[in-house]
Amino acid sequence: MTSNSSVAGAAIAVTPARRVSSYLYNHAKLRLRLLIAAPVFWLGLVYIASLLMLLITAFWSIDEFTGNTKVIWNFDNVTSLFTDALYSTVTLRTIGIALGVTVVDILLALPIAFFMSKVAGPKVRNILAISVLLPLWASYLVKAYAWRSVLSNKGVLQWILEPLGLNTPGYSLFGAAITLGYMWLPYVILPIFGGLEKVPGNLLEASSDLGAKTFTTIRRVILPIILPSIIAGSIFAFSLTLGDYITINIVGGANQMLGNLIYTNVGTANNLPMAAALALIPIAIMFVYLGSVRRTGALNNL
Amino acid sequence: MAISIRGVSKKFGDFTAVDQLNLEIGSGEFFSMLGPSGSGKTTVLRLIAGFDLPTAGTISLDGEDVTNKAPFDRNVNTVFQDYALFPHLNVIENVEYGLRVRKVGREERRARALAALEKVHLADFAERKPAQLSGGQRQRVALARAIVVEPKILLLDEPLGALDLKLRESMQIELKELQRDLGITFVFVTHDQDEALTLSDRIAIFNQGKIEQIGTPHELYEKPATEFVARFVGTANVFTAAQSQNLFGVNKKTMIRPEQIELGATGQEATVMESIYLGSSIRFILKLADTQVIAEVSASDENAKTYRRNSTVKVNMSKTDLVELD
Repeated sequence: MTSNSSVAGAAIAVTPARRVSSYLYNHAKLRLRLLIAAPVFWLGLVYIASLLMLLITAFWSIDEFTGNTKVIWNFDNVTSLFTDALYSTVTLRTIGIALGVTVVDILLALPIAFFMSKVAGPKVRNILAISVLLPLWASYLVKAYAWRSVLSNKGVLQWILEPLGLNTPGYSLFGAAITLGYMWLPYVILPIFGGLEKVPGNLLEASSDLGAKTFTTIRRVILPIILPSIIAGSIFAFSLTLGDYITINIVGGANQMLGNLIYTNVGTANNLPMAAALALIPIAIMFVYLGSVRRTGALNNL
Repeated sequence: MAISIRGVSKKFGDFTAVDQLNLEIGSGEFFSMLGPSGSGKTTVLRLIAGFDLPTAGTISLDGEDVTNKAPFDRNVNTVFQDYALFPHLNVIENVEYGLRVRKVGREERRARALAALEKVHLADFAERKPAQLSGGQRQRVALARAIVVEPKILLLDEPLGALDLKLRESMQIELKELQRDLGITFVFVTHDQDEALTLSDRIAIFNQGKIEQIGTPHELYEKPATEFVARFVGTANVFTAAQSQNLFGVNKKTMIRPEQIELGATGQEATVMESIYLGSSIRFILKLADTQVIAEVSASDENAKTYRRNSTVKVNMSKTDLVELD
């Protein structure tokens, strides 16, 4: 073998790996399929399929003696969601808290996000952005227990409110709502801040220039433009509250939310079909909610 | 006076954007503020509009002191550099905005907005969203939106800056016609001297937060007061006092325009360093003793074609064309 041919051979050596590469190079679709096979497998099979399996169990029942799940198709669990007073009360209560938390979070997030985006200088903005993000780095449990201490009868809140003739809400639905509102606030601020960042400052000047006072500018220019961002934030606050079962246990006293009911049915009551039926409620609520906001373009802002 | 600015300064931290400015703009005038970027012209516009408040001094509009009034309390409207159209509203809703916040009834609002859109030849685009328009069309919407509320003063912040040359030239003509038609004061900010010369009744030349000179386009071109104005408006040959002394026997800083220099049979000898063909004229860069001089000769001048690089020509500069600078 001459040195020439060995150089030429090295340049186009047909190894198996090279053959595979060149085959894939010529088959773009196959390449793409191989690339997304693993994530699709994960999302499709492990995630969605198991969720579907769980929901199917809502239409099964359990053996009263052994407590084992039996494949007997029936609507008893689902019907009881509507007939049993406990379930409908807890459902309405959960929706009420979720709505309250969402509205309060939006009202708190709007001025904070506006200040961050349009008023603060770069330095203050960074400090605020970190302050908003910081709580997200702490454990959920730590924050819930922190609020348990704040809300307690001998807590900070009582100490502040007592001289004013008021009392801490204590461990109650209201206490749980405050804690949940605190937990999800960053998730509402961030999309609204992102939305405001996309509103050029000169739109506000143009509005003012055309005779609009501040409140009119907010109503006619800012809010319509950032509405999708507000809805995106509300989806976080609303759905996270719907699914919560830890906070209500820690600061909610004896009150229950949908999450608790599901949790007790999975654990203590060992009634997986009933838990699955209960899980249908927040899913159905979220579907209705997402369906109604879909047209606003909010889902492009998540 | 439509606008009268007295002793106005604007500081941003340590930076003085506008320094002790005095300016009077008459009713119905097409007034341009011309200067390089950072010279303070846009800041003055923003102070007139009320987007920024002055650090010192007073601003009056039609005799009324508005120094500390909010933009919505001033009878001026602004056409923004990047148009600032509301993206969530369509064209007609954008134009209606000023009327809507003034609580003008629905039908009158629509009729006036359509009339304004017709003035800028965009009535057919009323239902489009701003994102579906070209730059020139957005510019017209911004104009219509500003004039629909019938301001006495219209402020235009480099409104043609983002358009290509051909469109800019046709928009210049339209702007001028619109201003004559409406009979209101236009205050026009630009860094393009051709644009300012074409459009304006008067021009203020800005430099480092101050006005170097105010005058008609004619005055600024023919009789620039300072070297900065001479160089910023058109092309200028500026001579130091020593050079002037040498060439003309005038011991002062002077200026002469390139087209006022004659090349031909008489005058001082100079070497052609470069000749640049500009279509209607030919520009020569000449070396006259130790001084570089730019001359411009009509391209129809048959002799001009014979002045090649490195050849020698005779340069004739009349002392009467010479302008003494401060």
